[in-house]
Amino acid sequence: MTLTLTDVRLTYPDGDRRLVALNAVNLRIAPGELVAVTGPSGSGKSSLLAVAGALTSPESGTVRIEDTDVTALDQKGRDRLRRERIGFVFQQANLLASLTALDQLLLVAHLSGASRRPAEARARQMLDRVDLGGKAHKRPHQLSGGERQRVGVARALMGRPALLLVDEPTSALDHDRGEVVVALLRDITHEQQVATVMVTHDLQYLHLADRTVAMQDGRVIATQPAPA
Amino acid sequence: MFIAVRDLRFARGRFALLGTVIALMTLMVVLLTGLTAGLGAASVSAVAALPVDGISFQRPTDGQQVSFATSSLPAEAVATVAAQPGVTAAWPLGVSTTRLQADGGATTVTLIGGDPELYPALRHGQAPTGAEVALTTDLAEAQSVSVGDTVAVGGQRVRVAAVVATTSFNHLPVVYTPISTWHDLARTDAITAVASTRDDAASAAADPTGMTTVSRDQAFTAVGGYASEQGSLNLMRGLLLAVSALVVGAFFTVWTMQRGTDLAVVRALGGSRGYLLRDALTQAGIVLLVGAAVGAGAAAGLGAVAARVVPFVLNATTVGTPLAAMVVVGALGAAFSVRRVSTVDPLTALGAAR
Repeated sequence: MTLTLTDVRLTYPDGDRRLVALNAVNLRIAPGELVAVTGPSGSGKSSLLAVAGALTSPESGTVRIEDTDVTALDQKGRDRLRRERIGFVFQQANLLASLTALDQLLLVAHLSGASRRPAEARARQMLDRVDLGGKAHKRPHQLSGGERQRVGVARALMGRPALLLVDEPTSALDHDRGEVVVALLRDITHEQQVATVMVTHDLQYLHLADRTVAMQDGRVIATQPAPA
Repeated sequence: MFIAVRDLRFARGRFALLGTVIALMTLMVVLLTGLTAGLGAASVSAVAALPVDGISFQRPTDGQQVSFATSSLPAEAVATVAAQPGVTAAWPLGVSTTRLQADGGATTVTLIGGDPELYPALRHGQAPTGAEVALTTDLAEAQSVSVGDTVAVGGQRVRVAAVVATTSFNHLPVVYTPISTWHDLARTDAITAVASTRDDAASAAADPTGMTTVSRDQAFTAVGGYASEQGSLNLMRGLLLAVSALVVGAFFTVWTMQRGTDLAVVRALGGSRGYLLRDALTQAGIVLLVGAAVGAGAAAGLGAVAARVVPFVLNATTVGTPLAAMVVVGALGAAFSVRRVSTVDPLTALGAAR
């Protein structure tokens, strides 16, 4: 398994008490599997991504990515893990305003200390893969919402991650563009054998996932194959 | 500096504005530094040119500082100082303000009486003896006087025996003359101070009764107005540097806050705190260096023109020191502001993590 969460619990301070964001969450995601995580606001979807992506540490339980126990890593180790094994696709794409599409991808290579020439070849290949090869030198404000999100997908894949974490990728897109992005994520998940967790409250794209996980009040309440 | 350089290109208007502000601040600091040095030289270069280690003045009354204007010692004070442990040589020094009249016009000068060993470098003629004087080069040119001419100093006719390197005292050109002639021209039997060369033993010895000895450089403050003049200009320079640090700090505080989401994204992508800090400091450093260099360059150009009409010293020190100071205080201001990039939480890159 690429991602394994075992009995994970996460709480946040909320006034005088603590809010339970994840409660006894168990989840296993295999390479080449696209899992859609659904649930109402506050159900723990984004907290699940934060824990799986080594952005925060759970209060208890373990998180493993391939053979690495994420909960045992210090901050430098978690930074390195995110650089080398995890790809993020953010809500609204979260592209850096000053960087061209190509630079968004080269930044990932730069963070890893990769050589410029092979990195640029890889970046162009990734942009071609998301059909944006012709817009490599456009900045975010020169791209449509769907194009920005596809650049975000290419950026997430740039470092050849084992785990792809996707946060509400269609929230700013209309139906057609949203479907293109989710279909792209599905195809990439299968062809590159990454384990993909996609948080969404948009139920109309669930048929593109291999499996859906429903959450409520920080718990996984149902797991089922995606509807046909 | 991957992001730093691209940010500079992308937001070039904002950074150009900051760079212009830094350039203008540097321009002012460099011009003030040149002016401070120029006014300082106009005030004390005659003292700085004395080849001595110490100057003994009449001991001032309580609460007062030593002063060329008020010090008066008997001629025997020279022998007293010369007898002090560690003193290798001592010379009488007379300093007074008087009027020089030449064919080229009249002007107020500082008349310094003393041994020719104390004079600046000789340019023309021979060291004066008897009723003779040496004029500094700028004064001789301004009054169209040459060696061999006769001028009136304090109403008495004296021959110009030499022209020496330019010095000034209390913003007045200097005329040098032997101490005996100075006594005549200043109409006094006393002397102003005793100049001396000394070795290490002298520093441990007590001053002779009624005298206070200070080093040559400390004697600058004995020139009227020097300390307050330099103090005022240095205060202005200090304030300008402080304002510069605040301006740079304020800009980078706002800039860092504006790019909070970008920074969180980079952290989420695996960028370390050190990476972000280095990138932000590099960005600040580039803006500072370019802005300060442009400002210093412009100031050097303006200073070269200004030096023709006002006391202004333009050299590597008066340009390089304020330039370095601007970069250092600007970097401190920027570092104080961008330190918060290291506290950015990558979790905030997720839209609704909580």
